[in-house]
Amino acid sequence: MSILILADHDDGQLAPATLNTVTAATQIGGDIHILVAGDSGGEVAKSAAAIAGVSKVLTADDAALAHGIAENVAPLMQSMASSYTHLMAPATTTGKNIMPRVAALLDVMQVSDIIKVESADSFQRPIYAGNAIATVTSNEAIKVVTVRSTAFEAAAAEGGSAAIESASGSADVGLSNYVKSELSSSERPELTSAPIVISGGRGMQDGANFAMLEKVADKLGAAVGASRAAVDAGFVPNDYQVGQTGKVVAPDLYVAVGISGAIQHLAGMKDSKVIVAINKDEEAPIFQVADFGLVADLFDAVPELETTLG
Amino acid sequence: MKVLVPVKRVIDYNVKVRVKADNTGVELANVKMAMNPFDEIAVEEALRLKESGGADEVVAVSIGPTQNQETIRTALAMGADRGIHIEAPHEIEPLAVAKLLKEVVAREEPGLVFVGKQAIDDDCNQTGQMLAALLGWAQGTFVSGIEIKGDSAAVIREVDGGLEHLEIRMPAVVTVDLRLNEPRYASLPNIMKAKKKPLDSMSAADLGVDIAPRLTITRVEEPPAREAGIKVCDVAELVDKLKNEAKVI
Ligand SMILES: Cc1cc2nc3c(=O)[nH]c(=O)nc-3n(C[C@H](O)[C@H](O)[C@H](O)COP(=O)(O)OP(=O)(O)OC[C@H]3O[C@@H](n4cnc5c(N)ncnc54)[C@H](O)[C@@H]3O)c2cc1C
Ligand SMILES: Nc1ncnc2c1ncn2[C@@H]1O[C@H](COP(=O)(O)O)[C@@H](O)[C@H]1O
Repeated sequence: MSILILADHDDGQLAPATLNTVTAATQIGGDIHILVAGDSGGEVAKSAAAIAGVSKVLTADDAALAHGIAENVAPLMQSMASSYTHLMAPATTTGKNIMPRVAALLDVMQVSDIIKVESADSFQRPIYAGNAIATVTSNEAIKVVTVRSTAFEAAAAEGGSAAIESASGSADVGLSNYVKSELSSSERPELTSAPIVISGGRGMQDGANFAMLEKVADKLGAAVGASRAAVDAGFVPNDYQVGQTGKVVAPDLYVAVGISGAIQHLAGMKDSKVIVAINKDEEAPIFQVADFGLVADLFDAVPELETTLG
Repeated sequence: MKVLVPVKRVIDYNVKVRVKADNTGVELANVKMAMNPFDEIAVEEALRLKESGGADEVVAVSIGPTQNQETIRTALAMGADRGIHIEAPHEIEPLAVAKLLKEVVAREEPGLVFVGKQAIDDDCNQTGQMLAALLGWAQGTFVSGIEIKGDSAAVIREVDGGLEHLEIRMPAVVTVDLRLNEPRYASLPNIMKAKKKPLDSMSAADLGVDIAPRLTITRVEEPPAREAGIKVCDVAELVDKLKNEAKVI
């Protein structure tokens, strides 16, 4: 068995979700290679080569591969696929964009967003917003799989010493051009890997009130998230959205503030170790999944929480 | 330009889904079905394009059992011009859907296909990307903004770090995200009118596509339930529990 993992990176740094994908690959077993496609001049490849359990890193450096342009990266992966039993990527927006394109080029059906490896060809994945878990067996010669990072521990980022080789092939197929990014910058930890997340919903009333959550987040070293309603209302940017169609988080502590607990939101946070809900409506469904529920007005409770934390 | 919009019939997003007692799937009998919410957004975007003069025809296509014609009628009631129904089992996989859509594209020659980013039943998030690959077309995925500029389109994508702007060549496949628009409701007169709009029906075999599944679902089960928690009286008690009982802060 040999597995090729598509690294997720921004041409500067390797995204942590790649480490969780390595762990999923380790559970399948066999040789693990990482493909770093991009225009990063070697830095990302060095980080990938240091991951424990990885035996080879293949780098394809080309301006056309920067920013994970799916139309250019997919044929590259396709050209490498015949040496592998599995092609894997984290189920980040990059992996979700590229991998189905690879799968279709290979005429294989992808297994999306796995949460458990049962065997080399059998996986568990959530369906219906996580209201059911399906065990899926793939009969394909090459298994194309994306991995939910919160369901697997991160592999050690150091300790490996994989060989780095260059992968040839692939040019610009001329279908898509990158124009620019508008990235949210934050000093706080990244949402999907933060140990503590505090999220606000429609109950926050406006974007300025998120400053209350940020103060608490800074005391706890937490990331800040949001419900879809809060994002749709423009309180915070899209990348804050936690849920079925946003980000999936599973921190040690998740604090939901002014969030009712719709199934689509729960889908993104109900695997958190400890859940706290602050909501003025004692009937809010979020309390059904909360370990600690506080029925209170958030405009009293959140500032008090901040002072109590000292 | 013609716009093709694939619409999937799924369990309504408000329904609490139940796993069948024999663990073979989820209960579909007597459950409220609806158009996949992302596909409503896709239909809406196609209609807006038509209304602004950027498209001249909107064709809705649905793949699945006969009841999927209801979903097509919903798209027609919203304002789509014409429908195509492809008879297939409910559990058809994204790769097979993409292959069927490729054949529809070959016949209809649309300039743009608006697909939902994700079906809320299988949560696969694959079909649009697969269709783009099979056609050799550009793809704009998870799109929250689009502007057509002749033979290219400027798209804004919702990505993990924020937003990304791409220029993609037309014809293209665009998968739509939640914040692209707010879909309209079909009015009663339009629901009546939709009944008279053309709706073609065909089978997967008519299109010469092998739709045999590649994956086997061996078991479907409930996710592990969370144990019921407690209500705390005030912030002080909450902080105490988090520090001394749960030990998470
Ligand atoms: C296709 C689809 C995909 C979706 N994907 C997602 C997703 O990924 N993530 C997601 O979150 N949602 C998603 N949704 C939306 C979801 O169904 C809910 O509409 C949304 O989660 C509601 O957000 P909310 O809890 O902030 O708002 P509401 O449901 O309006 O709840 C607000 C809560 O705040 C409380 N509140 C108000 N004022 C106060 C106060 N002063 N103090 C304390 N509490 C207060 C209220 O009691 C209420 O419970 C999706 C929906 C669809 C159809
Ligand atoms: N059976 C189907 N009929 C029509 N469109 C579909 C079907 N299955 C998937 N689609 C389209 O593909 C999108 C993504 O579905 P999926 O890849 O299953 O998450 C949906 O939002 C629809 O636009």
